[in-house]
Amino acid sequence: MAENNDPLVRFVDIQKSYDGEILVIKDLNMDVTRGEFLTMLGPSGSGKTTCLMMVAGFEPATHGEIYLNGQPINNVPPHKRGIGMVFQNYALFPHMTVSENLAFPLEVRKMNKDECKRRIKRALEMVQLAEFGNRRPAQLSGGQQQRVAVARALVFDPDLVLMDEPLGALDKNLREQMQFEIKHIHEELGVTVIYVTHDQTEALTMSNRIAVFDDGIIQQLAPPDILYEKPDNAFVAQFIGENNRLLGTIMEADDVSCKVEVDGGGLIHAKSVNIAGIGERATLSLRPERVIIQPPEGSLPNIFDARVKELIYLGDHIRTRVNVCGHDDFVVKIPNSATQAVLQKNTTVKIGWEMEDCRALDPSD
Amino acid sequence: MTNPDTTQEILTTADGVPLKVSLKRALRRKKRNSLLLVAPLFLFILLTFLLPITDMLLRSVDNKIVPDLLPRTAPLLAGWDETGQELPGEDIYHAMVEDINEGAATKTILRLGRRLNFERAGMSSVFRKTARKVKGLQQPDSYQAEMLKIDQHWGDINIWRLIKRESGAFTKSHFLSAIDRQTNDDGTIGPKPEYKQIYIKLFGRTLALSLLITVLTILLGYPISYLLATLPTKTSNLLIILVLLPFWTSLLVRTSAWIALLQKEGVINDLLVAVGLIANDHRLAMIHNQIGTVVAMTHILLPFMVLPLFSVMKTIPPSYMRAARSLGATRFTAFVRIYVPNSIPGIGAGAILVFIMAIGYYITPELVGGTSGTFISNMIAYHIQGSLNWGLGAALGTLLLLLVLALYILYDKIVGIDNLKLG
Repeated sequence: MAENNDPLVRFVDIQKSYDGEILVIKDLNMDVTRGEFLTMLGPSGSGKTTCLMMVAGFEPATHGEIYLNGQPINNVPPHKRGIGMVFQNYALFPHMTVSENLAFPLEVRKMNKDECKRRIKRALEMVQLAEFGNRRPAQLSGGQQQRVAVARALVFDPDLVLMDEPLGALDKNLREQMQFEIKHIHEELGVTVIYVTHDQTEALTMSNRIAVFDDGIIQQLAPPDILYEKPDNAFVAQFIGENNRLLGTIMEADDVSCKVEVDGGGLIHAKSVNIAGIGERATLSLRPERVIIQPPEGSLPNIFDARVKELIYLGDHIRTRVNVCGHDDFVVKIPNSATQAVLQKNTTVKIGWEMEDCRALDPSD
Repeated sequence: MTNPDTTQEILTTADGVPLKVSLKRALRRKKRNSLLLVAPLFLFILLTFLLPITDMLLRSVDNKIVPDLLPRTAPLLAGWDETGQELPGEDIYHAMVEDINEGAATKTILRLGRRLNFERAGMSSVFRKTARKVKGLQQPDSYQAEMLKIDQHWGDINIWRLIKRESGAFTKSHFLSAIDRQTNDDGTIGPKPEYKQIYIKLFGRTLALSLLITVLTILLGYPISYLLATLPTKTSNLLIILVLLPFWTSLLVRTSAWIALLQKEGVINDLLVAVGLIANDHRLAMIHNQIGTVVAMTHILLPFMVLPLFSVMKTIPPSYMRAARSLGATRFTAFVRIYVPNSIPGIGAGAILVFIMAIGYYITPELVGGTSGTFISNMIAYHIQGSLNWGLGAALGTLLLLLVLALYILYDKIVGIDNLKLG
């Protein structure tokens, strides 16, 4: 297959409804680049799995067209799409051994025996399960089953692999380990992956780009760092990472910055990102780690008095809940280091932040 | 420890009791409690089911009636050489007269006659006649001559051979009858005359029809179960009620309904005549033959196939089929290679359930089977209720039980009982 820069998968004006009353996907347009690891991230019911099922061919699109390699695939049955898929509960065939599971996609393609064997061996080595070919899935641990499922989805060299929350059933340590393994396999093979998860850490760890889904709409499609540091709207800011949210009314605004009168009192100087105009409501988003404790007078545009409400010791940092500008749930992460001042409960301290770190976004509800 | 290689360390609890002993003690109470919980049911089953059945099955070899009713003759016959051509001696004739006399007084001799009549037709009347006339016999010169005068059968050496053969407390004659064999007059075992051979054929028919019914229930039940298992729970629950509906109707009613449908003047024949598919004088015979038995029993036993199949299919995740499809298999290949193998425990459970129920079925073949569609169970019932040959009935029943057990073991060897899922 010739290298080209055309997108591998293209969603054009996709709409999807199950019952004819509610749109699960509202007007989706998205391109997936070749070799990319794209994650669809969102709360349950946001339409991300539906989206994946439409690519796989298990759900028809109500409106719009999906292109694979430039070809419309709406009328192509699942088995002719040549897309590898990893399911949430692995869906390994319990009556077959690991090798037979891996042989299945090759046999239905009528591949010759030697080639089959070679590929199965290669795939098992790739997931470090070379000695497990004769075991049944039930004799494997969850992590091993997961690896077999990944190997099976890749053994027939598909251009595209879909993964539907494949790590959901694993415990935390194993999940983290598998995240790296899948990421490395992706990097080695250069295969395109569309990955669905509701776990934002997983998305941030693995992806080239993340599409944040909510309410059937892509809220933001961006690389992880942009998504975290420069969220487009209040939902993304809230969904990705920890976030302090302050609601207020815009008093002054230009293209670069704005001043927002926060509901609890206090005028905050913020970066204009996604605001309506003067007099309108806005959400201010501020990451807890960007807050500076006891800044020198006049060094920051935003400096306020904060009353310490709660201190939670978390080893590498101390999660501190303070009351600032009338908001009681404002969180500050204070690194646990020798130079950092130790705060006491029920004392008042000065805190501050840069204008760029505080993003003025749409008024979410 | 000086030599760790030879000393096996025994694990002990803190107070020095070996761990295994201590564990056993702890488990004993649990074991006793579970035994107590099972005890009432166990006793009930033992008294009302196992003991009567064992008693019934023992009748297949039980022959106490002969030695009990011939207390004088039986021991004497033991000394008689039945391989020769000579009739028994005078003492045996004398003993027989006294036994018959005593039996006539207590009216038990007719039972003996009936018992021996199973072995040889006519024995009943020989004993009845003799019992009536032997009373007047007062110290004759020759008991043998007098008895021959009463009934010349007493001069037939084969009758004496039969009585000697059957004078033990146990008999194999019922089992021989049950497999269409008999003991010939010369003491060898051979096949019964052709016109008397019925049981082997009947066993064969019972097996063949049960197998056919099982196959039919699989063919009819599999698609239905698949539909039920793939439909949304709400709809499938409703349909399951329809499957269970026949259970709420009496078996007799369902069977009679088939009579109404299948008989010569029945609904189906009327319909076929009305559409002109068959002529009025060529109405199909679909009842009181094998067709009737197979149709009615397939209908009645179908739920026993559907339920285990459904419960197994319900546990097959839809993602298996999706995975197979995404891996490149057509809908058909995915079904054959992934779905069907995963539903085999259900097929196995349903098949063994239906087959074992079919092989012992009684009411339906009795009502709709006619002569060509009856099962071995109908013959057992006939011997228990009609001919009163309980011994033969018990022998047939024992053979049926052994057959089912053998098939069960065969099934275990081939499919494996672990693969059985009943829900």
